[in-house]
Amino acid sequence: METLKFDLDTKPLREVNQFLHGDAGSLNGKKVVIENPNGAHNVAVGLKADVDVTIKGHAGYYAAGMNQIAKVTIEGSAGSGVAENMMSGVVHVKGFASNAAGATANGGLLIIDGDAGLRCGIALKGADIVVGGSVGSFSAFMAQAGNFVILGDAGDGLGDSIYEAKLFVRGTVKSLGADCEEKTMNAEDKQILADLLKKSGHADVSPDSFKQYGSARTLYHFHVDNAGAY
Amino acid sequence: MCGIVGLLVRNPKLRDSIGELMMPMLIGMTERGPDSAGMAMFTAPVAADARKFSLFSGAPDFNWAKLGHHFETHLSIKATVESKANHAVLTTTLEPATVKAWVNEHYPQLHLLSVGQSMDIYKDIGTPQQVADRYDFKNFKGTHLVGHTRMATESAVTPAHAHPFTAGEDWCLVHNGSLSNAHSLRRKLEKEGINFETDNDTEAACRFLQWRMREGDDLKTALNHGFEELDGFYTLLMGTSTELALVRDPYGCKPAIIAEHDDYVAIASEFRSLAHLPDIKNAKVFEPSPKEMYVWKL
Repeated sequence: METLKFDLDTKPLREVNQFLHGDAGSLNGKKVVIENPNGAHNVAVGLKADVDVTIKGHAGYYAAGMNQIAKVTIEGSAGSGVAENMMSGVVHVKGFASNAAGATANGGLLIIDGDAGLRCGIALKGADIVVGGSVGSFSAFMAQAGNFVILGDAGDGLGDSIYEAKLFVRGTVKSLGADCEEKTMNAEDKQILADLLKKSGHADVSPDSFKQYGSARTLYHFHVDNAGAY
Repeated sequence: MCGIVGLLVRNPKLRDSIGELMMPMLIGMTERGPDSAGMAMFTAPVAADARKFSLFSGAPDFNWAKLGHHFETHLSIKATVESKANHAVLTTTLEPATVKAWVNEHYPQLHLLSVGQSMDIYKDIGTPQQVADRYDFKNFKGTHLVGHTRMATESAVTPAHAHPFTAGEDWCLVHNGSLSNAHSLRRKLEKEGINFETDNDTEAACRFLQWRMREGDDLKTALNHGFEELDGFYTLLMGTSTELALVRDPYGCKPAIIAEHDDYVAIASEFRSLAHLPDIKNAKVFEPSPKEMYVWKL
């Protein structure tokens, strides 16, 4: 596989991103390494080719946002909004991720090896997220679809006003948000969880050690008796 | 939006180059705060009976030597005046209340930025690079510092509205965020006899903590009261003569990132301000949790 190297100490980020936005045909199957990200914002956003990008260090805000098809690996930590609105592909953060990781993501897989900040998976729309560590408060707020696996703990208000996303937590949940409740894990859900653990490098972790959470579906439609819960 | 930087140098050998180490941190926060910048610099304390007074003149051609001479002859006391552009640090053993009253009476055009034994404050309008060049930040020597780059969202762009803000001696605070109840806090505190210098929301947070500590709270208890009473978003970085302290609001709306290394502790709004610190690869880099107080001592 051909490997291309870009050094952000010497190459402007815009040129690197423009290269990555080039003709998908010529990018497919390529490996790209981005050195010295040094916390720059918007690294490798908007990719839409079958390209494998490795960011050698800490990324700033919105890294790999809107990703399609591509595989993006961040070897350090990621700032706010990593893989926000991802459509497909894989984004892998080897360190920790700041707030709103995977916000509104429609598809694909976001793997965070460390902890994630607040509002992880907010308004999740169909992507899968696996967090190796813990997530901050208000994660999975209004999450509509997709699967969200947390190997550590969850903060306050997990799954507040959740729709049909499935949450799997191995550690403790500080508090559940409005209309989020514990579910019984059926065979199909257990298979989803086992597959995600395998894909994210946690094949040794038993799906039986997780609890599942989802929507109690009492806030789907406005009901005056629920006014206080809004 | 604003930018915050903090640096505490653990390795005494690096303390003479704290300014140089800090410069890329401050410049890295230019996009977050391009309209003003400020720096509280902490050094070894002056003699036990002396105080340093950071003075700022709105006019660039102020005659600081003349002020020093006037001070010494009029009050019959020794004083040293070290000036950089429209800023000077006056050091004397005369008690602070008398110095403040004298400056107010004879030089009402001057602004007293800080009083203390180890802290000097510099703040002005301009890009971080311009402000740093004006006051020669890169040649600062000292133990720790608290810096800020400002993007004003709620009050005017003037040197007085720039951060850091101070309360009492050797205590300062910088803020990234906004407070929605700054005016009601201010009305409440004014009734308690707390005086304000500007209409800036950060000053309200600063005076609130000053008031709590005056009422006997230690910093941690004062900040716990702050969590209850400050309505808004904030990351606050505070400095005292021996420590740096950091808190984020309970909703984690405003960022912060920390690098702990054997040689230093560095704090910034974003990693891009930490990226150029020496041996950063071997530092422990982490994001502070909301509503938790982090303290680093010299």
